[in-house]
Parts: sequence; structure tokens; C-alpha cells
Amino acid sequence: MSVFFEERKLVYPGELLAEGEYTAGGNTFKHGKRVYASRIGLASVEARKVSVIALRGVYDPQVGDVVVGEVVDLGSLNWSVDIGSPYIGTLNASDVFGRRFDPERQALKDAFNVGDMVVAEVLAFDRTKNPLLTVVGPDLGKVTRGRIEKITPAKIPRLIGKRGSMITLLRKETGCQITIGKNGWVLVTGKTPGDEELAVQAIRLVEAQAHIPGLTDRVTGFLKNKGRQ
Amino acid sequence: MKVIPEITRKRIQELVAKGKRLDGRAFHEYRPIKIEAGIVEKAEGSAQVSIGLTKVLVGVKVNTGEPFPDTPDEGVLTVNAELVPLASPTFEPGPPNEDSIELARVVDRGIREGKALDLEKLCITPGKRVFIVFADVYVLDYDGNLIDASALAAMVALIQAKLRNYKVVDHELVYEEGYIPLPIQHYPLAVTMVKVDGQLLVDPSLEEEQAMESRITVSVDEEGRICSIQKGAGTLSPQDVFEAVRVAKKVAQQQLSYLK
Amino acid sequence: MSEVFKRRDGRAFNELRPVKMKVGVLDKADGSAYIEQGKTKVLVAVYGPRDVHPRHLASPEGAVLRCRYHMAPFSTSERKSPAPSRREVELSKVMRDALAPATFLESYPRTVIDVFVEVLQSDAGTRCASITACSLALADAGIPLRDMVAACASGKYAGRVVLDLDDVEDQEGEADLPVALIPAFDEVSLLQFNGLLTEEEFKEAFNLAIEGCKQLYQVQRETLKAHYAAGKEATVEGT
Repeated sequence: MSVFFEERKLVYPGELLAEGEYTAGGNTFKHGKRVYASRIGLASVEARKVSVIALRGVYDPQVGDVVVGEVVDLGSLNWSVDIGSPYIGTLNASDVFGRRFDPERQALKDAFNVGDMVVAEVLAFDRTKNPLLTVVGPDLGKVTRGRIEKITPAKIPRLIGKRGSMITLLRKETGCQITIGKNGWVLVTGKTPGDEELAVQAIRLVEAQAHIPGLTDRVTGFLKNKGRQ
Repeated sequence: MKVIPEITRKRIQELVAKGKRLDGRAFHEYRPIKIEAGIVEKAEGSAQVSIGLTKVLVGVKVNTGEPFPDTPDEGVLTVNAELVPLASPTFEPGPPNEDSIELARVVDRGIREGKALDLEKLCITPGKRVFIVFADVYVLDYDGNLIDASALAAMVALIQAKLRNYKVVDHELVYEEGYIPLPIQHYPLAVTMVKVDGQLLVDPSLEEEQAMESRITVSVDEEGRICSIQKGAGTLSPQDVFEAVRVAKKVAQQQLSYLK
Repeated sequence: MSEVFKRRDGRAFNELRPVKMKVGVLDKADGSAYIEQGKTKVLVAVYGPRDVHPRHLASPEGAVLRCRYHMAPFSTSERKSPAPSRREVELSKVMRDALAPATFLESYPRTVIDVFVEVLQSDAGTRCASITACSLALADAGIPLRDMVAACASGKYAGRVVLDLDDVEDQEGEADLPVALIPAFDEVSLLQFNGLLTEEEFKEAFNLAIEGCKQLYQVQRETLKAHYAAGKEATVEGT
């Protein structure tokens, strides 16, 4: 029974992570008694389950995720919403208008039009059907102002930080409202464009150096320096 | 791509584990082979080959033309293949797709690398005029293993092709009485195998092709030299590769009687 | 043997050409890589998994892996027409067949993973160098993989079995054997051969190509490490 990787050291596809009574967690696979990494990332083992937090990869929708998306098409009874996943999200008219939606009297355009950004939650998803979204809920709905910064979904946990420490730091130092989509799309709304730009640059810094230790200090330093300018 | 029913795939694997195939053949056995030569009289050469229910017709036409710049004293061999729609519910009309291009190029390489034709003997005037030999592969009925049927038909068509007897006088072609064959000097044969449940099966039927883990074609000449290999989809272990070469050598030797 | 066999460029029979690999070289692509092997230069971009058009190509069983091998018109001594040649069509197919077995296509049904290969300069060994770079680009894109795929060709030149032919050796040589290997599982995913070899010579050439694949696999790993562990772009030079 052995583990072959070092914590905090990157592993690569095809790399042998463990051998013996282990189960394959996210971004790993098992072949016989061996567990291998399937993506580049940081490996960890907990209760005999070996997982890898991937550095790169598309967004894999999970039920309950809050995402930021863009309306890209109008159907007769629904909107198509791009959430940066290979699968286009569907938002039903009934979600917004209730079941008494009458296409003769109301138009989908009244609520969301092509090009609108929305904050939504993933209601349902399996690989045979596209993700079903909802905008019913607190802090969900149309985005009216701000900037969207897209980062690799795998880096979102780092952007949030342990117990929200990183995102709290960003919000405090920039004074911006930051809505983090699990799909890697981050909505930044600030009092001034300068504040928004500062937040976006900090987010990019986190993405670029997510897996290098000491990030929180570097981000704090960056924000304090830039903030003074 | 037609998908094989899961029960058929399982059946094939179970049989292989017991040393058997769906149609009762041995692992290294071909289906019945039938050859009809010379059936297209207007072509210089032709042959129709059936392996089991797979049927391929190859026509050979010979023109004259310019040689390639890097081989000015050699004739030219061109192999083309068409998976015409009448041969299978899965073939669609249109320009050659990757499967027909691969088929043509694999058949071509077996014949070319195996030096079946002495291309220098097909030179009329170096740098100016040479014989151009077209071998066109026409698939008529697809029931697995197009490569071997096409390669065999192409070789038979080339071997039995008849050119008008000629003489070169002052760099001009002057035709004489009678007919002569193409300058054949070697007899390469293609042997295609698929891997099912760890075993190599020679001459896959359509269902065996659909159930396979991988496919490999090895062309061998009459002296047992390897002249070309093409692996299809899937993977093979290095041991599988050596085994495939060994089996192909053995089987090609047995198949030689169709050519010589 | 009283004399050590030296090739035109001074290499030993089992020596690779100088190789350089880079990953993450393009901005818009989901994954990308660049390779130089001797004078052969290839750039690869990966897009996907993404929505597949036309719809009827989509498969419920997994992602469709689409590979396009293309040579730039200026890549060869004689200008090559930009239109896809039959050779490019065949190579696109065999390259896809080389990469698919290492890729977890089943993770993304009804999508497509597009791999675009552009040969910028061709000096033999382009399909192998391309496969090696494609594998890096797929890893860079975060596509789940069983392992990297490394490819190398061996052949016969001046009567000797040699590794990694350059253009002159390929043109003048007696055999060409491109091979791709999935090293963690000892699986061969590309195997083509043209030439004339006895069964014994073939074994020798094949084993030599496998050795070349394993060496290139190490360079792939070093390239990924250098790029990702450092958190910035880096090039790794091999041999």
C-alpha cells in the first residue's frame, strides 16, 4: 500500500499516484490496483481516496453551482445560456414568468435578450441532457453593470480561499462586489472603473499563481501597493 | 459508423476465449477466396476478388505521361480506391473520405514498397515519357477486410495485365504485334488481422471488425521480407506487433499460390 | 566493429535529433504546444471539449476527437499547395487513432475535441513530432488523459538501422518506421512501416523506435514541469 506523490508538488497525466486499497477520486483513474492522475494538478489523499485538483480543464457543471453566464439564443420557450462548459445551459421561460407564460402576450426578450449576462444556479445536469438553470433565488438574475473576468474553473477554490479568506481580502481591498461563478466566470461590480480594474488584476494574479505557496501575501502586497497609486 | 449489438460483441469475445470464431474458422484462416481475372476487357488488366462476401474489383489502365521530377527514369504507379455507395449501407456518395484514402494508400504502399513492378522497365524516354499505371480499386460489397481483398485484386490485375507490344524508336513508341505483360518482379501480399480478447484474428469479417480492439495490416513479399505495415484504430502491445509480423509472414507464404 | 558508425550530422545510430518542446504557446486555444525536432517544427492547438457542428457528428458515447494535420505551403523545399492532400488526410486519421486511446473521450459525450496541427517546417518525422506535441496540447487543455503519447520514427539508412531519420535519410533510406507509445501501459497507438526489412531487422528497428519514444516522453514531462511548476512560460531543451 503506497502513495507515490508529494503534497504540493504537481502531478501529470499518466503519473502513478498510489497502489493498493485506494479509490480513484476526481481527475484520477484506477487500473488494476493502481491509481493514476488524468489531469495536471495537485494530488491529495483522504480516507484512502486519491484526488487531483486540476490546474486546467473545462467547467463540469454540478447541481447547486452558482454560475455566471451569457444568453446566446432565444428559443420559443427558453433561453440558451453559455456557461463556458461544452454543454449549453437552458433557462426555461416558466422559471422567470411562472407557468402562466403566454408567448402571445409576453416575449422572452422582455426578461433576457441575447447578450445579457445572468447569475444562475444549476438545477439539474447529466451528460445526456444540457444543464438546466434557474434564476429564482437570492442574488440570482440579470447582471446590469460590472465586468466579467473568466478564469480556469479549477482555480475558483483558490480564489475563494480557505473559509473565504482570499475573496474577503479582494472585496475589502477593492471595495467591489464580486460574484464568483463556479464556472470560472467572475462578476466584478465596483464604485469606479479603477476599482473594478484593480479587482480584475488581482483575480488574474490569483489565477496565474494559484498553486504557488505564499499567494495570499503576494496578493495582499499587490493590492496595497496598487491601491495607493 | 454502424454500431455492433453488444450481444454480438460478447459472443465473438466468448468464442475467441474458447479458441473459436463466429463462422467456425481458425484464428489464422481466410474465408473462401475467389478470383476472376480479366473481366473488364477494355482495361489493360482487371481482377475481381471475393474474400467471403467481401467483393472488390480492380481495373488497371496504362497511359503514357511525364515521370516525376525526382525519378526521371521510372514509370509511375498510382493506386486509387472508391468506397462506392452500392457496396454498403454505411458508404455515402461524395469525394473520397479518410477511409477510402487510407485504403488506397495502404494498398499502394504494399505494392510499391514490395517493388512488385520494376518501374525502370516502364521508362520510354528518361525525363520525358514513361508508362503510367493506374490501379483503381472499386469496392463492390463490404463484409470486412477490404485491404486484403483490394491488395490481392490489385496484384492479380497487374500480373495478368496486357500491354501492346512496343519498341522505342527515336524516343517514339512504335507498337508491334502481340501483347506483353507488365514487368512484375516481386509478389507482396497484405495480411490484415484484428485483435479480439488478446488474440490476433486473420481476415476479419465485418462483425469482427466492429468488435475489434485494434487492427493491423502487414504486407510481406515472396521472400518473407516486410514491406509495409499499417495499424488502424486501437492499440497493440509490442508483443502483439511481433506476433502480427510472424503470423503475416506465415500466412502470406500460404497465400502466394494465388499469385504465382 | 572497428569504426563507430556516424551519420551525416554526426549522430550515433540511436541518437535523437536535438529536441525542444514548449506548452501553452497560444492564447486563444484551450491548449497548445510547439515542438522542434532537428529542423522539423510543428505547432498544435486544441479546442474543446466543445459543442459539435454539424450536430449529426455528435456521439452519445463520448467526445469525437477530430484531428487535422496540415502542412504550411512554405514548410517544404518545393512549395506545397495549401489544399489538403491525400497524405494529409491519411495522417490526420492515423494521428487521431494514435491519440484517442489515451484520451478519456467518454467523459464528454456529444462534444468534439478539435486538434489542429500545423507543420511550419518539414524535415521528416512530422507525424511523430506532431503526435508528441498534440499530447502536450491535450494535457495543456486539461483534457483527461490516461497518459501522454510520445512518438518517434526509426528506419534504415546506408544499410544500418537508425533512429529519428532526418529528411535526407528518409529520402535516401531503405525503411521508415513511425511508432507512437503510451508508456504507462506499454501500448503502441501508432504503427506504420514502409520499406524492406527482414523480420529480424524489423524487430531491431521497432525496439529502437520504442526507445526513442521513451526518451521523448521524459522531455514531455520535463516540459510540463518547467511550464506549470514555475507558474510561467518555459522551454525545455532535450539531447
